Amino acid sequence: MSFIHAEYPVASGDYTRAGEASADIKRRLKQLGVSSMVLRRVSVASYEVELNLVIHSLGGQLILDVDQDGVRLTSEDVGPGIPDISLAMREGWSTANEEARSLGFGAGMGLPNMKRNADDFEIESEIGKGTRISMRFALT
Amino acid sequence: MEQVKRYHSVRLDKTQCKGCTNCLKHCPTEAIRVRGGRAHIIDERCIDCGECIRICDYHAKVAVTDDLSAIRGFRHTIAIPAPSLYGQYKNLRSISQVLDALKCIGFEEVYEVARGADVVSRAIHEKLREPGLPKPLISSACPAVVRLIQVRFPDLLPHVVDVRQPMEVAAMIARQEFCRKHNCEPEDVGIFFITPCPAKMTAIRSPIGQEKSAVDGAISMMEIYGMLLPHIGKTVENPTPSISTSYGIGWASSSGEATAVCPENSLAVDGIHNIIRVLEEIENNRLNDLVFFEGNACMGGCVGGPLTFENNYVAKNTVRKLVDSGNKTHPVNDVPASLMTKYPLYNDLPIEPNSVMKLDDNLMVAMQKMERMNKILEDLPGYDCGSCGSPTCRTFAEDIVRGFANEMDCIHKLKDQLKVMAQQMVELAQTKRE
Repeated sequence: MSFIHAEYPVASGDYTRAGEASADIKRRLKQLGVSSMVLRRVSVASYEVELNLVIHSLGGQLILDVDQDGVRLTSEDVGPGIPDISLAMREGWSTANEEARSLGFGAGMGLPNMKRNADDFEIESEIGKGTRISMRFALT
Repeated sequence: MEQVKRYHSVRLDKTQCKGCTNCLKHCPTEAIRVRGGRAHIIDERCIDCGECIRICDYHAKVAVTDDLSAIRGFRHTIAIPAPSLYGQYKNLRSISQVLDALKCIGFEEVYEVARGADVVSRAIHEKLREPGLPKPLISSACPAVVRLIQVRFPDLLPHVVDVRQPMEVAAMIARQEFCRKHNCEPEDVGIFFITPCPAKMTAIRSPIGQEKSAVDGAISMMEIYGMLLPHIGKTVENPTPSISTSYGIGWASSSGEATAVCPENSLAVDGIHNIIRVLEEIENNRLNDLVFFEGNACMGGCVGGPLTFENNYVAKNTVRKLVDSGNKTHPVNDVPASLMTKYPLYNDLPIEPNSVMKLDDNLMVAMQKMERMNKILEDLPGYDCGSCGSPTCRTFAEDIVRGFANEMDCIHKLKDQLKVMAQQMVELAQTKRE
């Protein structure tokens, strides 16, 4: 059973590196020959989830797992946690700070876009502990 | 799946190549390797952007185009000049001067690709107003960009506009009008594109989105520049009028197309490496508020093509002056509606992804190869020096996994290995003495 596993640490507020993890994920999936349709959805979701770590978290990591059944993207952070997940999932709702907004982020589409593009989307969060997002993409 | 061997027009002149690593580093699709002291182009990866032609100090990279003598193979010939040709002549008073000069050197008729660009402008302008299109729509005018998308951004292919290139549209109109006027057979007419780049040559020999090109050959601007020069400004009895609008002529430079099809919300980017950065953004859905994206592989647009003669900034300025003094009617009003249905303006084949970057057709094998590749990469120095002949340590690891290189091709690994061996020899010698 072969599989691909890669971990990408993402630092809070590090806009200069933002997007590098998702760029590497895209490159790998292209080399694996993942179909264009799936690739497009993973691209969008991985970029959104990476940016969410930069904008909202106190730091965390993005994890890529690929096996013959599909692609899994997992994001784990060390806080601060989301007080109301259903509110956070609402389109247009954003708690992005001034800096993020000044860079054009914070449209409140991050989580909705992830959910829309993934085949399975799970989110759990605990205040003071952190947030964990897990997305699965079927390969066919 | 068998990879079809692709035609491409950028080639290596083996006698000139020194085996340096300049071209390696600039190739946007990692299509060049230096092996045995010479560069090799991986045909399936090459997108004919011409970056290597520009960067090579030894002029070892060349573009294969047709010789002017190729026009002798046809009873009738029509030249279809790219609008960037106008930019080559600094003191041009009118476009007619270039069109007449083309007739002077042997073409029976001339039809402006800029007029084809007018027709294409109207087609795209109308297309952009259709509902439900992916955003942004990506221009298909630069064949190097379309091939780049096939190789590196296959997931963006649904964004590529399915309207044919101005060169194709110009050739169809030119042929039909000529045959009607002179009552001759279409195959008796040879249509030659005057090209600023090798990518267009490739687009004629192996077209994207259609079975066969309407163009019969391409002659390099570099080759024809000097031949036309003595005829520019000569008085002729019936000067050939320019029939294109300023918008069509504007396609010669970066943002010309965008100005014609969607001035209100488009982005024009020139230079293949700049385009890659923007395509990454489009992939991330960061530009989905944009309606149209125009990318030209060459700096400045087609006026910066590797087969042009004049400096691209000077050429851009010349084109700008022609645009300023030209017919300002927008193609939507200038191109008759009847023309829009008379010719097939849309691709009849889908643009397929080029899966050459794939490590293996079988996902399981591809994953095993990627695992091995990552292990090899961990042991490489990460200098990306190119001494092994691959552009980066990562591509080197990939080449090893694909079976095209071995670890000792890395001089740093080799040096370490030699150190170990030398140490072993010393130890061996000492053991003997004892």
